[in-house]
Amino acid sequence: MARMNMIEAIRDAMDIKMTQDSNVLVFGEDVGYFGGVFRATAGLQEKHGLHRCFDTPISEGGIVGIAIGMAANGLRPVAEIQFADYIYPGYDQIASEAARLRYRSNGEFSAPLTIRTPVGGGIYGGTTHSQSPEALFTHIAGLKTVIPSNPYDAKGMLITAIEDNDPVLFLEPKRLYNGPFYGDPHIPSVSWAKHELGEVPEGHYKVPFESVRKINEGSDLTILAYGTMVWVAEAAAKEAGVNADILDLRSLLPLDIEAISESVKKTGRCLILHEATRTSGFGAELSAQVAEACFFSLEAPIVRVTGWDTPYPHAQEWAYFPGPKRVMNGIRKVMGDS
Amino acid sequence: MTKKSNQSRLYVPEPPFRPGDTPDYSHISVPADHSPPRPDPLCDDHETVEHATSLIRVLRFNGEAVGDWAPSLTADQKRKGLRDMMMTRAMDDRMFNMQRQGKMSFYMKSRGEEAVSVAHSMALRKDDMTFPTYRQQGILINRGASIKEMMCQCLSNAGDRLQGKSIPVLYSFRDFGFFSVSGNLGTQMIQAVGWGMAEAYKDSDGIASAFTGEGATAEGDFHYALNFASTYRAPVILNVVNNQWAISSFQGIAAGEGETFAARGSGFGLATLRVDGNDFLAVYAATEWAAERARKGGGATLIEHFTYRKEGHSTSDDPTKYRPENEPEVWPFGDPIDRLKTHLIQSGEWDEERHVAQEEECKVEIRQIYKEAEKMGTLSSATNVNDFTMFEQVYEELPGHLQAQIEAFKEEL
Repeated sequence: MARMNMIEAIRDAMDIKMTQDSNVLVFGEDVGYFGGVFRATAGLQEKHGLHRCFDTPISEGGIVGIAIGMAANGLRPVAEIQFADYIYPGYDQIASEAARLRYRSNGEFSAPLTIRTPVGGGIYGGTTHSQSPEALFTHIAGLKTVIPSNPYDAKGMLITAIEDNDPVLFLEPKRLYNGPFYGDPHIPSVSWAKHELGEVPEGHYKVPFESVRKINEGSDLTILAYGTMVWVAEAAAKEAGVNADILDLRSLLPLDIEAISESVKKTGRCLILHEATRTSGFGAELSAQVAEACFFSLEAPIVRVTGWDTPYPHAQEWAYFPGPKRVMNGIRKVMGDS
Repeated sequence: MTKKSNQSRLYVPEPPFRPGDTPDYSHISVPADHSPPRPDPLCDDHETVEHATSLIRVLRFNGEAVGDWAPSLTADQKRKGLRDMMMTRAMDDRMFNMQRQGKMSFYMKSRGEEAVSVAHSMALRKDDMTFPTYRQQGILINRGASIKEMMCQCLSNAGDRLQGKSIPVLYSFRDFGFFSVSGNLGTQMIQAVGWGMAEAYKDSDGIASAFTGEGATAEGDFHYALNFASTYRAPVILNVVNNQWAISSFQGIAAGEGETFAARGSGFGLATLRVDGNDFLAVYAATEWAAERARKGGGATLIEHFTYRKEGHSTSDDPTKYRPENEPEVWPFGDPIDRLKTHLIQSGEWDEERHVAQEEECKVEIRQIYKEAEKMGTLSSATNVNDFTMFEQVYEELPGHLQAQIEAFKEEL
């Protein structure tokens, strides 16, 4: 076992796959010599060579486009999009091409590529460095969208993504790179070095996508969360004094709906959290699926706690972010206390 | 009084002729015996700057092959090229008519552009991956793919290798170096660059060749492709088939009035060739040059194939609504099949009788293959495609939610 923060765990996953498989290439803006703006690829070029880890032009459509061509030709590209906020020029290549290639060629061609990209707020990034666009991708048949919440999962899930024969969008909650974030910026941040999930096995291991992680076992209510909100949920539940089943979804598509319904049927109450804007957010899908699967077990309406339906503001970062206070209000609402 | 001012006015380009006009293209100079010289395929890209604005031609209208681009092809190879073009046209005609009879949803002909696909394919190695649009079916015919399988794909029947997942003409033939055609235009240019980069990474000397029409050069993907191809010296050929029309929009709408499409490559440091796309030998020569350059590490070439779309965009299009009906006939570059035929006759390798016989032969062969294909179903009768296959190949393995949807679909039956 080794102590790793999330960046180190992600880098370790790429390093292991690059060592094992010469078809794994890593590229993106500033990822080569410099090692990426978040340092996720630091040292990979030096260790594996210029051909294995290199810089690309500032062109997200181009980055995804070459990744598709390479993947169809037998390579295992791992492309970095510097911020998820920049992914939109690559959207057509992801939605119409990578996700559709296997289908439209009836399996003759496929695009086993991984796209890594940092998501979410909490770092004063404003409208262009804080977005959570997951719902724009979970609507795409043929694509998998996953999001880890800790170093252990990040490494195991990234290895799963690279080995997956379908295109995977791997979202990295950037506020969690250095440590769990409990939603209150005034509390000094803790590092993964002090958290059990910062304990990461050395070498190769996989975390399957369709497998929720239970952060806490409880019977009062079920909280569905992913990414940064997993830790906000844990802190808010504690503060609210409720004993919650907190499910870290890990993978949004495919979704482990079995585990989710099992929990909601047990607790009868469901709170859904995400940082992304509310309307048509992934919470809407979760809410619908929970209602379809568990309606007769529900004792209260499903409640969503999300970011507001505004662009992600700068100075109002913490007014926008669905922090512990908003989550606690959500808990009270779903518990019928307000 | 004419208003004179030095103020900007919104300019919207219009083609020179619309329905009802008498098209006159005498102002387009058809270079008779001028061709820019053929530089070494590994030359500096700057040496091809003039090739982007002139026009590489080999065939004169009298059938003579002239200039230093004239490729050394045997008479058999040329006759094979002629036959492939004739088969392509015969198949297009048959499929168009069958679409009109309701046998399939849609079809797209490549009439007038057969040299672009057939000669290009002939100058490549069979394992070079092409990333075609929907108007390069000639590549498949030249490479010997099964015409029956192509037809079955258009008919979406039991013989369709794609099991009804794609609309007609969007073929996928991996074993014939034919990448799955996307209906989203321009997207495949940059994918071809990635394919080529992978070839180079694997130390293979395979190359990729991508196609777009002139209209879709306006998409970002085209510029991504030029940029990445130049940056990584990718072994690719980037082809712009300038057939003058993008559905109803003339090439001026894609910024074709001021500068040639080949010239787009110069700013990216790519080799650039502009070739008479109705000249089989010139297309072959330009492709051969670009393929050698790519294979030997010289990087990518942008080729503009200057041609003309003689028919509608697709079976859903009526070109007489936006251009003069006789424009295809007066377009001053002739027909690719006629021009190669004239050349072969002029060089004593062919004659009118054999040509007429071959035309009939192609028609009969296509008719017979079509009959066989139709036996496996049509979209209008029974397609014989199992509906449940629509859930397959979304992912490699069927995920839980799709399994649940299969169960839900069963309830509809």
